[in-house]
Amino acid sequence: MAIYKKLKTRPAPLGTKGIIYWIKENLFPSITSSVLTFLSFLLLYYTIPPLLDWMIFDATWSGTKEEITGSGARWIFIFEKFNQFIYGFYPEEQYWRPNLILAIFFIYVIGFKKTKSTLLRAFILISFPILSFLLLYGGFGLDVVPTTKWGGLLLTIVVASVGIIASFPIGILFALGRQSNMPIIKTISVIYIEFIRGVPLITLLFMSSVILPLFFPEGMDFDKLLRALIGITMFQSAYIAEVIRGGLQAIPKGQYEAADAMGLTYWQAMGLIILPQALKISIPNIVGTFISLFKDTTLILIIGLFDVLAMVTLTSTDAKWLGFETEGYVFVTMIYWIICFSMSKYAKSIEDRFNTNHR
Amino acid sequence: MSELEYMIEMNEINKWYGDFHVLKDVNLKVKKGERVVICGPSGSGKSTTIRCINRLEPFQEGEIFVKGLELTEDVKRIREVRTKVGMVFQHFNLFPHLSILENLILAPTWVGKKSRKEAIKIAMHYLERVKIADQADKYPNQLSGGQQQRVAIARCLCSDPDIMLFDEPTAALDPEMIGEVLDVMTELANDGITMVCVTHEMGFAKKVADRVIFMDEGQIVEENTPIEFFENPKSDRLKLFLEQILDH
Repeated sequence: MAIYKKLKTRPAPLGTKGIIYWIKENLFPSITSSVLTFLSFLLLYYTIPPLLDWMIFDATWSGTKEEITGSGARWIFIFEKFNQFIYGFYPEEQYWRPNLILAIFFIYVIGFKKTKSTLLRAFILISFPILSFLLLYGGFGLDVVPTTKWGGLLLTIVVASVGIIASFPIGILFALGRQSNMPIIKTISVIYIEFIRGVPLITLLFMSSVILPLFFPEGMDFDKLLRALIGITMFQSAYIAEVIRGGLQAIPKGQYEAADAMGLTYWQAMGLIILPQALKISIPNIVGTFISLFKDTTLILIIGLFDVLAMVTLTSTDAKWLGFETEGYVFVTMIYWIICFSMSKYAKSIEDRFNTNHR
Repeated sequence: MSELEYMIEMNEINKWYGDFHVLKDVNLKVKKGERVVICGPSGSGKSTTIRCINRLEPFQEGEIFVKGLELTEDVKRIREVRTKVGMVFQHFNLFPHLSILENLILAPTWVGKKSRKEAIKIAMHYLERVKIADQADKYPNQLSGGQQQRVAIARCLCSDPDIMLFDEPTAALDPEMIGEVLDVMTELANDGITMVCVTHEMGFAKKVADRVIFMDEGQIVEENTPIEFFENPKSDRLKLFLEQILDH
């Protein structure tokens, strides 16, 4: 028999916190680690300074092509061709239209966050795509800019956002369809998803640009961009469906049962109980597929649409600016990276906001 | 309209999982205000039996009437029956993405078509009744198991059910939390709600049940008043079962 006294808490011993302790513990805890740390620093030393020299210190930031002196990047090429990278062949006097859309976008985002009215939010969500299309395409007194003139980053963003927004609800429906008890709906969903996932995006783009018009009456002109959008949406919705199905499967059976036992209808149970949880789990993967889609939009080049990457390739064949493609590609790389990285950061913030586990 | 004789009437229910015969000729009639406890070894079909009452489990033969309504394949009829029957699960099955209050007002607003304000009033009433009103804005995972199960009971009560089904409500709880849940259930029983409870809490059965049913291998083996059931079991299987659970 023994009885123990309650012990007091006391501070951690000296030398177990602070910067020096951290460095010792994390960078040089053993010989192998120390060697790896040293090699990593060496690698950084040989790569970072030359890169910075090329990109910033020896770079040419202004002047004309003839005045280039430094051995670094010649960014004047980017400045010269900037509008083409961003707007493609969109008429210069109409640049204000995409710019206005961007401004409306930011105003809407702020409005959406500030307002609590569901009605206003619905208005924002519905009016934005309509307004954007009217502004970009024209009509109603504005000059019509045919989609063949759209290009550059503008086109990349149009294709990616239409693909993302349209594929999301379609993907949810196919995910639910695949989980359905109704054999016909289930079979159709499975065939659709497995077929689309079994072919490369390029094939789908070719199909929608070559085969789709065969189904339409002779002479009916079917917009090339619309064909690309259909192909991309079909492709993306199959992937979204699979990602969401993964989320649906992670929801315990008890959640379905509790919802059923309450007398909720199928759509109420899905919309109020199952999907909010399944989508929350799926956010990282959904954003992952969005990011791949954003990068895959470069493939529209092969059906003759000029996105931002294609514009760089095109402008560097300009006889006046031969040999400047390196700067162009570095620029495009940075654009893609900034957008994709922002998407993944934004996803993280949504994930944190929806986190109700509070363990 | 004459007074209904039975709230629940199960006639000759037979159910198979593939070739496995899980329920064999189950007959169960529960009067209004009656409290029935079902016990039996695991796999005996007791959970399956009560899950048939709100059609969480389909059955192949037999008929079930809930408050006089026949449980058919019709989706609308199934939902109608479910609004009259509340079910408390072993693992609570609260909705983790909704706060406690939102969990409670969900059915009244979406199924009962009540206003949000009215639903909140009802919800707070029942939360007070299960002594957990101060946790209304928390999320389920912030609560202990016992508290979660009390919330789950309150959630059922918000739909104003005529019948409450309990599917091993204390089986997933830590021992020190079983008491608080049984207290709430006892209070409910004393208020006269019709209840069917699958449980191994024999103390609860003795204290509240009007009738105790013993199931084994998919059939009802014995049913009796609690006193007779525990003190004078007839069948060998029940004797063995009682010996085993009372041993420790």
